[in-house]
Amino acid sequence: MAVVFQKTKGLTDLQTHYCPGCTHGIIHRLVGEVLEELGVLGESIGVAPVGCSVLAYKYFNCDMQEAAHGRAPAVATGIKRVLPDKVVFTYQGDGDLASIGAAEIVHAAARGEKITTIFVNNAIYGMTGGQMAPTTLVGQKATTSPYGRDAAVVGMPMRVSEMLATLDGAVYVERVSVNNPGNVRKTKAAIKKAFQAQINGEGFSIVEVLSTCPTNWGMHPVESLKWLEDNMIPYYPLGNFKKVEEGK
Amino acid sequence: MSKVLMKGNEAVAKAAIEAGCKYFFGYPITPQNEIPEYMSRELPKIGGVFLQAESEVAAINMVYGAAGAGVRVMTSSSSPGIALKQEGISYIAGAELPAVIVNMMRGGPGLGGIQPSQADYFMCTRGGGNGDYRHVVYAPATLQEAVDMTMEAFEVADFYRMPVMVLGDGMIGQMMEPVEFRQPAKRELEEKTWASVGTKMERKPNVINSLYLDAKELEDHNIRLEEKYNTIIKNETRHENYKTEDADIVFVAYGTTARIAKNAADALREEGIKAGVLRPITLWPFPERAFDELNCKAILTVEMSMGQMIEDVKLSVNGRLPVHFVGRSGGMVPEPKLIVEKAKEILGGAQ
Amino acid sequence: MAKGKVFFDQDRCKGCELCTIACPVNIVIMDKTKINIKGYNPATVSDMDKCIGCANCATMCPDSVIIVEREK
Repeated sequence: MAVVFQKTKGLTDLQTHYCPGCTHGIIHRLVGEVLEELGVLGESIGVAPVGCSVLAYKYFNCDMQEAAHGRAPAVATGIKRVLPDKVVFTYQGDGDLASIGAAEIVHAAARGEKITTIFVNNAIYGMTGGQMAPTTLVGQKATTSPYGRDAAVVGMPMRVSEMLATLDGAVYVERVSVNNPGNVRKTKAAIKKAFQAQINGEGFSIVEVLSTCPTNWGMHPVESLKWLEDNMIPYYPLGNFKKVEEGK
Repeated sequence: MSKVLMKGNEAVAKAAIEAGCKYFFGYPITPQNEIPEYMSRELPKIGGVFLQAESEVAAINMVYGAAGAGVRVMTSSSSPGIALKQEGISYIAGAELPAVIVNMMRGGPGLGGIQPSQADYFMCTRGGGNGDYRHVVYAPATLQEAVDMTMEAFEVADFYRMPVMVLGDGMIGQMMEPVEFRQPAKRELEEKTWASVGTKMERKPNVINSLYLDAKELEDHNIRLEEKYNTIIKNETRHENYKTEDADIVFVAYGTTARIAKNAADALREEGIKAGVLRPITLWPFPERAFDELNCKAILTVEMSMGQMIEDVKLSVNGRLPVHFVGRSGGMVPEPKLIVEKAKEILGGAQ
Repeated sequence: MAKGKVFFDQDRCKGCELCTIACPVNIVIMDKTKINIKGYNPATVSDMDKCIGCANCATMCPDSVIIVEREK
């Protein structure tokens, strides 16, 4: 028998601090696998956010920079403009990217910065204990929306992929999910296409990955996969919003 | 080398390029726009990168990324924009990255005004951002100093791995004087083996970071930074004494205000009153020990603010001599007459 | 149907159970008789003969616990 699946060299051996069932672990692995398979691990520099994945700089097996909250796309811009031949990526949660970092991600995309953003959307602030995020769903309870998100007070959740796809500089925009093995494989394919767009010098690429937060959703990890499928996918439709050919 | 007549902002920008800086990230704000504009014209000519960021916040973070990638990099702004950069500067200090930040001060607080001031002294010498950190602050009084200090700033930043600020007031940025571009004394700089440039699978990953979740680790990190700062205090503090040896009253002033103070001192000497000027050149480290040498009757701090440096003057003097203040704010520039009259008032009272 | 074999590095397991719902032949279970070094019941396989080496379990695992082998 031959080994068909083993731990990727794209991740260090360090065991992660993420909660049991947290999909950060899956997404980290996919990014590591893609960078390894594309043969660019030695040429990669990642930018870690502030959020549960603040410690991502310990888990990816490549040079890393830790950014201030929301600023990863600006930090990545600085790196890529200095080292245009390297593969530069940001890994950000929904608070980091869509709240405090909204300006930075929009402008990096608008400028067509040749970086790749992995956007982990689990509709809540994980690290700080479950506050409402720009992507928290209407009616969803969070510690700062204890009665459920009220659109009349705070507006509707933000659809980041659709918004960024309107920018010419964003050449590859896709929303995927990791709620079952089939979707996890599709996520990996999307991440690969995104990095390929960067390597080919096309422009800004982003993969929005619908993810779970069992701890702050107050559910068992298996239950949270179901909650994602039943509640997040209908509001955040999966699919491609910008293909490389369209971006030209 | 021949001198060339230049506007301060442009001279500072050219000085950075002469120092080998090929990367600039900035944002428009009066009165320093000539710096990004100069960079946008000149950097593409030498294969450098100029990028107008979406905000001062984004710009300082681009500086962080570029500095982490191992190159000489600069940003510039004016007071409200520098306030926005404080978070980024704290991160740069914590991650021990080299970078040069130019502040052409304008009136504040808040949106303030666009005329020159020195009202950012607290923000720029007290850290401004969060946590225990310092950064070298150079206060040029002439355009030649602005040029020399900008070039020196890159050496100091690389040598100590820290952000370095060149603090001008709006006048330094806008006025024109003849300058020449001379290379500073080169320091022995180590190769930046810590930079995040890709492992090439030949080494362990480099991490550019200011996060230390373990309290003991963070304390050790802060102690190490403190040791670095103590070395800088010992080796990099600079000031100028102008006719202070026999002075009865010594003006303490920096930047263009020091030039006005020198004119006031000379005017007083013509009337038989012995005045001098102690000019801090590094605002951090502040030249505390220089005050030990003063044997005057009184000190008059002159600032284009409501009085900020005066606190460091008082700390340095430690009660040994009386310290007075005169200044203008809001963009008003003090005239020598103002200083002369205040000095006479102080000395009249002291007699 | 291909034949497969899986190996669980049980001390890495956090007991999240995502692997148990991914297996198409329902042989991945939590080992209630064991507590690993982290304090969780780790995942394991009840009937290795039925394994088809699809790697669905490893695909869902957030902690790189599982190695999958398959007959060529």
